[in-house]
Amino acid sequence: MDLSISVEQKILSESVARFISNDYLFENRMKIAESTEYFSKECWKTYAELGWTAVPFSEDDGGLGGGPVEIMLMMKEFGRGLVIEPFLANIILAGGILKRCASKEQKEKWLTKIIGGNLQAALAFNEKQSGFNIANISTTAKKENGNFVLNGEKSLVLNGGSAELIIIPARTSGKQDDIEGITLFAVPAEVKGIKKKNYKTVDAHSASEITLSNVNVTKDAIIGRIDNAYKTLQDTIDDATLAVSAEAIGIMKSLHEKTVEYTKSRVQFGVPISSFQALQHRMVDTLMECEQSESLLLWSVMVYPEGDANMQKAISALKYQIGTAGKHVGQEAVQMHGGMGVSWELDVSHLFKRLTAIDILFGNADFHLDRFVSLSKKS
Amino acid sequence: MHISFTSKEIAFQKDVRQFFTEKYPEAIKHKQNNAITLSRDDIVTWQKILFKQGWAGINWPKEHGGTGWTPVHKYIFAIEMANANAPAMVPFGVQMVGPVIYTFGNEEQKKRFLPDILASNVWWCQGYSEPGSGSDLASLRMTADRKGDHYILNGTKTWTTLGQMADWIFCLVRTSTDVARKQEGISFVLADMKTPGITVRPIITIEGEHEVNEIHFEDTKIPITNLIGEEGKGWTYGKVLLRHERTSIAGVARSQYRLRRLRDKTGSSIVNGEPLSKNPNFSRKMAKLEIELKALEYTELRTLAAVAVGKAPGPESSLLKIRGTEIQQHIDELFMEASGYFALPYVPDQYVLDFPDDQRIGSGSETATSLRYFNNRKASIYGGSNEIQKNIIAKHVLGL
Repeated sequence: MDLSISVEQKILSESVARFISNDYLFENRMKIAESTEYFSKECWKTYAELGWTAVPFSEDDGGLGGGPVEIMLMMKEFGRGLVIEPFLANIILAGGILKRCASKEQKEKWLTKIIGGNLQAALAFNEKQSGFNIANISTTAKKENGNFVLNGEKSLVLNGGSAELIIIPARTSGKQDDIEGITLFAVPAEVKGIKKKNYKTVDAHSASEITLSNVNVTKDAIIGRIDNAYKTLQDTIDDATLAVSAEAIGIMKSLHEKTVEYTKSRVQFGVPISSFQALQHRMVDTLMECEQSESLLLWSVMVYPEGDANMQKAISALKYQIGTAGKHVGQEAVQMHGGMGVSWELDVSHLFKRLTAIDILFGNADFHLDRFVSLSKKS
Repeated sequence: MHISFTSKEIAFQKDVRQFFTEKYPEAIKHKQNNAITLSRDDIVTWQKILFKQGWAGINWPKEHGGTGWTPVHKYIFAIEMANANAPAMVPFGVQMVGPVIYTFGNEEQKKRFLPDILASNVWWCQGYSEPGSGSDLASLRMTADRKGDHYILNGTKTWTTLGQMADWIFCLVRTSTDVARKQEGISFVLADMKTPGITVRPIITIEGEHEVNEIHFEDTKIPITNLIGEEGKGWTYGKVLLRHERTSIAGVARSQYRLRRLRDKTGSSIVNGEPLSKNPNFSRKMAKLEIELKALEYTELRTLAAVAVGKAPGPESSLLKIRGTEIQQHIDELFMEASGYFALPYVPDQYVLDFPDDQRIGSGSETATSLRYFNNRKASIYGGSNEIQKNIIAKHVLGL
């Protein structure tokens, strides 16, 4: 049994951490968050130059052959740093789909560019009525003269505003929430019939509502097999769930540490408020939650290679934990910072907002608890 | 033992309900029901409507224009106001400085300030907290140096709600440091916000809005006639304020209104094929909150019943602020869950009149849910944080 990370993994983790603390300053992040820009194009270039955008892709695909451990390490640091560049959307979501089932030509056309930091992409995994069920798809793709015509609406498309390439899951057959009958289409954003309503999200990231009106695409736009995209979609979403859970743990630990530091420095009634036993116990509670969450993250990463139900169960356990413990750690951090915890000026409130957003992404705590239960019933 | 209203009280309820149906302006109602921020004008207009009805001074003695209502009347009014989703009066004038002035001020001050407070002619804000004095308010450092006929004010107040709209401010200031207990050196003064030396700096809160401020006083001269009562007695006067908030502090009626709204929303909007209210996890959470809120409702009634027969509120009333704010925040959480992904878009620009529907993200005010959730984390922090409230209960109720 060995829970240590390799030398290369340590180097990667430390280089991301170093970049975050030396170069990715909160003030700069906030300047962009408060502007109309969605993220720093310069930073994105840097991430590509440093090879971060290549991490989870095979060497055949031009990547660095990294896996869940590398992603976990990077995402934890991205969490601490409140990084708003669209790593999740480009590398985990869009990249995740392409690496799994794109053809050689499609990979050369799109994946290479994504890895090189030269193409912004998005995966439109959500619709207004879906809740957290990614199979609930009413966007249709009808065959017409050898091409496909897409109609429908996608919601909360992460990185949709910047995306030049949008991967659209559409229904080619079956009922609205059938697992079969889903096909993935790679659609350039400037194609006729695509309308975007772009916005920022409460955690300073960005997304779009995308309408498709008679969007005409050729067969070459199809990624993978017709009617058969569900597993690819679900596996990619599971990867993304694992990734944001790691990000959340980075945030939770940061919030916990900042709370301890703050209470040590905040003097009221003539003493640091950290001297109050009631608060000490609460900070121990948040420490325990951070450590328990870290443990579930390690378990998930180690079970990951098993794939299928075992992997999914672990990811759901982790996401449930992030939702519940994360909410508690976040709320406690805000509360113990007093008025400062609800001020825009301090990073604590922004860490709390991102943590809150992560609970919603890819299924909240209740959703994943239910999935854990149903997966347990199967095994 | 019964909780039914008398026939007079029922008639009163009808009158109040009718008032809200007829006199609560449609324009303001529309904004309230669609998460659109009220303007200063809206707030003053509405408060003047309440004043015209004679209902601005709910807790004021009749001699100063108060309603003379019994606790049951106040309770009924709170319910009807909550059910109409009408804004409550901004508390700083009518609920905070007004009672201090009519209890401890001299006749000239009462004549000068009270009518304008009641009529909402003057907007008041509160200068209590300082960057170094939050929970430990008595450690405040803003000074008021007596110089002939004036006090010279120097210092900084913070978290001043709606200070940017205020005409006047009431402050707890330090007039003496030569005292045994720090509370004994504190005085209660009033200042015109237009006095030279006063600067208002906006503080943006977590959700991106401008609700609170930092207020700097640099050699600000106020006449000594702006001192309320005696020097060094300000802390006692400030504590008196707290007793006036018993009937509304729990926010029971508003929370019940919100839970009903939540029930409606989750009963009708379909998420992944079915209404969220059919989801067992969610419906249990709603049920638990309903139970907690019912308990709080009766805790408040117990307080009211005691006060109605002339007794002092019992120990159960101390938990009203703690449980009331916790329940409010739990309701915020459930609204978040009910909004799903639509809690994520940050689109405050959408919450204006006549926003084009075809540009709207999400339906109704779903996207405002997270802004409320984030902003309302303040409820367990302000007004004496819940930690301080527990200290008060431990000391004064449990004798620990």
